[in-house]
Amino acid sequence: MSATPRASSATLPPFETLVSTYAATVLRVARAVVGTVDADDVWSETFLAAMRAYPALPPDANVEAWLVTIAHRKAIDVTRGAARRAIPVAEPPDTPTRESADGRDLDLRAAVAALPPKQRQTVAYHYLAGLPYAQIAELLDTTATAARRAAADGIAALRRSYEPGEAR
Amino acid sequence: MTDLDLARAYGVGDHDLIRLHARLATSAASAALLDVAYRVVDSPVGPLLLAATPVGLVRVAFASEGHDQVLQGLADRISPRVLEAPARLDGVARELDDYFAGRRHAFDVQLDWQLSTGFRRTVLGHLATDVGYGTTASYASLAELAGSPKAVRAVGTACATNPIPVVVPCHRIVRSDGKTGAYRGGPDAKRALLDLEAAA
Repeated sequence: MSATPRASSATLPPFETLVSTYAATVLRVARAVVGTVDADDVWSETFLAAMRAYPALPPDANVEAWLVTIAHRKAIDVTRGAARRAIPVAEPPDTPTRESADGRDLDLRAAVAALPPKQRQTVAYHYLAGLPYAQIAELLDTTATAARRAAADGIAALRRSYEPGEAR
Repeated sequence: MTDLDLARAYGVGDHDLIRLHARLATSAASAALLDVAYRVVDSPVGPLLLAATPVGLVRVAFASEGHDQVLQGLADRISPRVLEAPARLDGVARELDDYFAGRRHAFDVQLDWQLSTGFRRTVLGHLATDVGYGTTASYASLAELAGSPKAVRAVGTACATNPIPVVVPCHRIVRSDGKTGAYRGGPDAKRALLDLEAAA
C-alpha cells in the first residue's frame, strides 16, 4: 500500500462519506424550505439523484453547493406535487420533532414557513447550508445583491414575528 | 443571529438520519445505483468489512487494512457509488457467524472476482474449491494445483492480495517448513482461523 497521501482532487470519496457528512445539513435545509412532512421526500430524492450523478462529479467540485442545488430542485418538484394534491406545504402545527424542539423552536419554524419563498430559500441556503450569496444567486437565477437582500428581508421578518421573551 | 438559532430550530436527530439512510439504501438498490454495498460485522478476528457488488461478495477486509482506505480503494477501482447497505450482506454475515461458531465448513455465497485477475484469479479459484476446511496446503502444492508448479512466489502474491479472505481460505496455505506464514489479516488472525478449523 502506497504511503503517499491521496491527492484529494484526484479521486472521489465513497458516496457514503457524502451522506454521513451532509445528511443533517440537507435535512435541515429541506425542513426549512418545504416543512417537516415533505422534507423526508426531498432528502431522499436529493441523495438518490446525487448518487445517480455522482460518478461524473468533478473531484474538485463544491459538494455541499452541489447537494443544495439538487435539494433546491427536488424541493420545487415536491412542492409542485404537493400543490397538485392540494395539501398545504407549510409547517403543520402537529408535527413536533421529538428532540430539542421546544415552543420557541416551533415558533421560529412557523415564522420561517410563513416567509415568501425567495426569502425562505435564501435564509435556508445561507444560514443553514452556509452557501455564499453568489452561489445562491445562481441557484435562484438572480443577482448576489438580490439574494443578499432577500435573506436580510427574511431575517428582519423573522425578528419581527419572533421576538423571544418580548411582550408584544 | 444569536436570538434566531435556525440550526437549533431545525435540529436533526440520529433516528431521523438512520431512517433516511435505510430508505436511501433500499431505493438505491432498486434503482440499480448500489454499485458497492458494505457493512462491518464483528468476528473473533476483529471487525470485518464486507463489500458486495450486484454480482456478489467482492471484498472482505480486516481492521488492520484500514476500512476507510479499503472503501476508498473500492470507490477507485469499482465505483464511487459505495454505500453502507447491510441487506445485501445479510447472507454472507449469517454464513460467517456460522463459520466462526464452527457450524459451517464451506461458504455458499456468490463471489465477484473482479479484484483479482489472471494467474492470481486462477490460484484463488483453486484455493476456494480444492483446499478444504480443516486442511492446509503449502504454497508449492497450490502452485501445482494451479498448473504452474514453479510459480510459488506468484502463488504467495496471489494469497497475500486475496481480496476475499476467510471466505476464500488463503489462511489454509502455509509454509512448507510448517510455519504459518504471512497473512493479510496478520499472523495472529491466520493462526486463529487455523485453530478454529482444527478444533471443529
